[in-house]
Amino acid sequence: MSLKPFHTIGIGVTFSPNLKANIFEASRLAVMFQSKLVLIHVGTESAEKMEQFQNILEPFIKQSLDYSIVFKAGDPVDVILSVSEEKKINLLILGALKRENFLKYYVGSIARKITRQANCSVLLLINPSVVRMPCRHVVVNGLKDPKTKHTIASAFYVASSLGAEKITIVEEITEDKVTVKVDDDKSLRKAAILKERLKMRETSRVNAIIENIPKDYTQDIAIKSQPIFGKQGYSIGHYAQISRADLLVMNAPSKMTFWDRLFPHDIEHILTELPTDVLIIQ
Amino acid sequence: MSPKENKIIPFIKAIPKNIFSGFVVSLIALPLGLGLAMASDAPPIAGIIAAVVGGITVSLLGGSHVTIAGPGNGLVGVLLVAITTLGIESAYAAIICSGILLLILGFLRLGKLADFFPSSAIQGMLAAIGLIILGKQFHIMMAHKIAREDTVDYLLEIPFTINDAVHYRDTGLIYAAAAGVISLLIMAFYSKIRNKYLQLIPAPMWIVILSIGFSYYFELIVLEGNPIANNYMISGIPEFSEIISQIPTVDFSKIGSLPFWSSVVALTLIASIESLLSIKAVDKLDPEKRRSNVNRDLKALGLATVGSGFLGGLNVVTVIARSSVNVNNGGSNRSSNFFHALFLVVFIVLFSTQLTRIPLPALMAILVYTGYKLASPGNIKNSFRIGREQLLIFFVTLIVTLKIGLISGIVSGVVVTFIIHIFINKSLSLFVRNWLKPNVLMYKEEDVEGSYYVSVKHFCSFLNYYRLKERLNAVPESQDVIVDFSLCEFVDHTVMENLNNYQELFAKRGGYFEVVGLDLHDTDSKHPFALRRLLPVPNLIKKSLTKRQTNIENLARDYVLSYFDKKEKEVSFLNHFLFFRTKKINHISNQLAAENKDLTMFDIEFSEGEFIAKEVVRTTMLFIKLNKAIPEFTLDREGFLEKVYAFAGFKDIPIQNHEDFSNRFYLLGEDEEAIKHFFNDDITHFFESNPYYHIESNGEGLLVFGKERLASIKEIKALYDFGKRLKHVVS
Repeated sequence: MSLKPFHTIGIGVTFSPNLKANIFEASRLAVMFQSKLVLIHVGTESAEKMEQFQNILEPFIKQSLDYSIVFKAGDPVDVILSVSEEKKINLLILGALKRENFLKYYVGSIARKITRQANCSVLLLINPSVVRMPCRHVVVNGLKDPKTKHTIASAFYVASSLGAEKITIVEEITEDKVTVKVDDDKSLRKAAILKERLKMRETSRVNAIIENIPKDYTQDIAIKSQPIFGKQGYSIGHYAQISRADLLVMNAPSKMTFWDRLFPHDIEHILTELPTDVLIIQ
Repeated sequence: MSPKENKIIPFIKAIPKNIFSGFVVSLIALPLGLGLAMASDAPPIAGIIAAVVGGITVSLLGGSHVTIAGPGNGLVGVLLVAITTLGIESAYAAIICSGILLLILGFLRLGKLADFFPSSAIQGMLAAIGLIILGKQFHIMMAHKIAREDTVDYLLEIPFTINDAVHYRDTGLIYAAAAGVISLLIMAFYSKIRNKYLQLIPAPMWIVILSIGFSYYFELIVLEGNPIANNYMISGIPEFSEIISQIPTVDFSKIGSLPFWSSVVALTLIASIESLLSIKAVDKLDPEKRRSNVNRDLKALGLATVGSGFLGGLNVVTVIARSSVNVNNGGSNRSSNFFHALFLVVFIVLFSTQLTRIPLPALMAILVYTGYKLASPGNIKNSFRIGREQLLIFFVTLIVTLKIGLISGIVSGVVVTFIIHIFINKSLSLFVRNWLKPNVLMYKEEDVEGSYYVSVKHFCSFLNYYRLKERLNAVPESQDVIVDFSLCEFVDHTVMENLNNYQELFAKRGGYFEVVGLDLHDTDSKHPFALRRLLPVPNLIKKSLTKRQTNIENLARDYVLSYFDKKEKEVSFLNHFLFFRTKKINHISNQLAAENKDLTMFDIEFSEGEFIAKEVVRTTMLFIKLNKAIPEFTLDREGFLEKVYAFAGFKDIPIQNHEDFSNRFYLLGEDEEAIKHFFNDDITHFFESNPYYHIESNGEGLLVFGKERLASIKEIKALYDFGKRLKHVVS
């Protein structure tokens, strides 16, 4: 298993108040992961813009950051997606928006479209900052899905690169797996036994995944597994929020049809109410 | 996993007790059944048929344990409309259809339907039903039959009826009105008299017995006809054989019409709401702490309603007052519901002619009291205490229900509540955007010993309470639960009230239920949280002490005890006493405690039963904390009532070589050997030579009390002295 998933990191940049913070976050990650950074600007090239970007990048260039800046005019979604393809970007960083007056974050329409269509991993940042905020607690999904193995492995890679202290693997078990409906004491007991059995099964599955991850990445981190009975994609976000996680790592959605957007599930829930920074692993 | 218990033997052992409680319930069900049917303009026997069919069907097929099924108060209003607009034969068809709908609700597992109505709206609707019953029956109670179009007119004419009644010339009417008024007084003051012989028979049965006795007195002793006017006597109680031979025809011809279906929907709605609320309330009283299968009960009620409709009976619902009487008289399983039905059949077979001796006003007095209890000013005051907006919801529902109808009433209640919620939050999008989101997260914390954590996001109101409820229902009541609202912007009164219920339920069953994260909202001006005011706020203004309290305070100084006059709701130390298993403790106050807290005396307020059978009792008790384990037992005076209970399945434990003690005291308990061992010479001598008290042990403490009323200062002193010496003897 290759545990260096992010060779090239891409970030879309515009001249907004968050510009510096966004670039700082991206550069920091690039340095930590020892990967190449691509700044994508939707618009025409000019020496003035170039200089501005380079000024901001200054401290990281000293740390021998390998970077490039791409200028391309057009529709933001198309530009960012096409540049990602061209430059073989593995990780795309996008900024989230904050709902007015509330401490709630959501993903704007452009970022959302990109997230849905991107063929690479996507990192959604809710609070980009110039000063580094330590990442202590990473929450990762442990869904029963072929992608999960890779996602958990990447989460461990990211966690150990960022120096996180704790990883919680959340196994979301949908309610319909619990075939017994709770009506009275008897069915309650039955349901409890069934749930206990499901939990054991999920936990042992996740444990098997963890065992296959190189020890270098797992030994310094406290690993916790938390089975949750609830709606897929929504419960994990809720959990990440109440457990004050700093990063939530999720599988990329497998398919996205019109109906999925109308009746949001999985990742769509996360996009409407971003609990924390979210990393979607492709 | 616990080993499978043998359920048949305890069931058979409990049968005598259940026969007894079924009997007591049938005593109250008979007059209520007759009255409710007559109030709905149906033949009086229809109520009894509903109770019999309901009792048998629900006890055999239902999913609850100590509930009683029969004709319900709430349905009177709807049935009245159905019968007057459709005619009785089509009304039976409507009853049958509503039974089928209930059956479908049960199969679709829609037992949660009642959760979608804000509790203030339900309160308002019930109050309106109470006023409908009260308004109509009051006139009959005063022997002044009138017929009006509008329910409000009935209410407005009450003063005129009273005026007319005072000026009656006709002795027949005077006697009739007197029977009504006396019956009403019996209903009102019955619960105030704490006499155990009197309390053996429920108040409605006293009315029946007294009025039948009165009629026989005139017939056999005075040798005159009954002085009560003939048209104010119950008529149309058929012989048992007639009931079977004269099953009414059911007319389905109006099945295509709109009034028919609006009646069906209203019947179904009220029947399900009344049943679900009752089941929830009765589950709290269940001495064996079982959980009712609500959907199964709905199915059974639906089936019973269909059967009842075909036989000429009313809708069958779960009824709270009769169920609570059942629990209070020792009903412990479904057989009591069955026996209640059986006894009703016996009554009708044996006494159907005697029943015609009951004056109508006496029977209607029972209903007037029921109606008053539904619409009592206490309910309104409660609503107001929770918040002014609740009062608005309450009154809108009440007035619309009275003026237009039940369905419009409850719908308007829902709409007004929602508008108020939007107004309070100044946001519609909060509700629209988050309504369909699965906003409740629950998981069992892995590191902490078995406690469930529930977090609720966005908002939690009657609109999405069912999600929270579903989660909470999946937790056994003996576990620890923490509900966290810190991510929740808005919690409404319905939710707070229901959580309070959960809190009580968990406390009773040995679990722990806590609501956290609401303090935040108080300080945050962004979210005005008037609607979560329900958590009782302690009275900050210190009231002046009453005379008794000052005396107690002096006593405390005298005896070097600590005194605390405030109401205390935290009474978990009393939960394990047998005495409180079917009672609800409201609070304790005026606590007197010895320095090391092992001897505490307090005034306690607790309630027995629910609704019209509810009795609030205040008494003074002494609690002794013991440092060693002793067997659980109950010790009381030997007397008449205990003989009755012995018949019902309890057994006195004799202590050898202490004839006097065994004769004078009545000792109950499960572990007979340990109790015999515990009552050694010293302890038996102590009890023989001291005044009588009711004494109970829960294994680690003793509860001592005398009469079922507050103790005087002298009695407090005596009780304290007794307790001190008892503690000395026991330890």
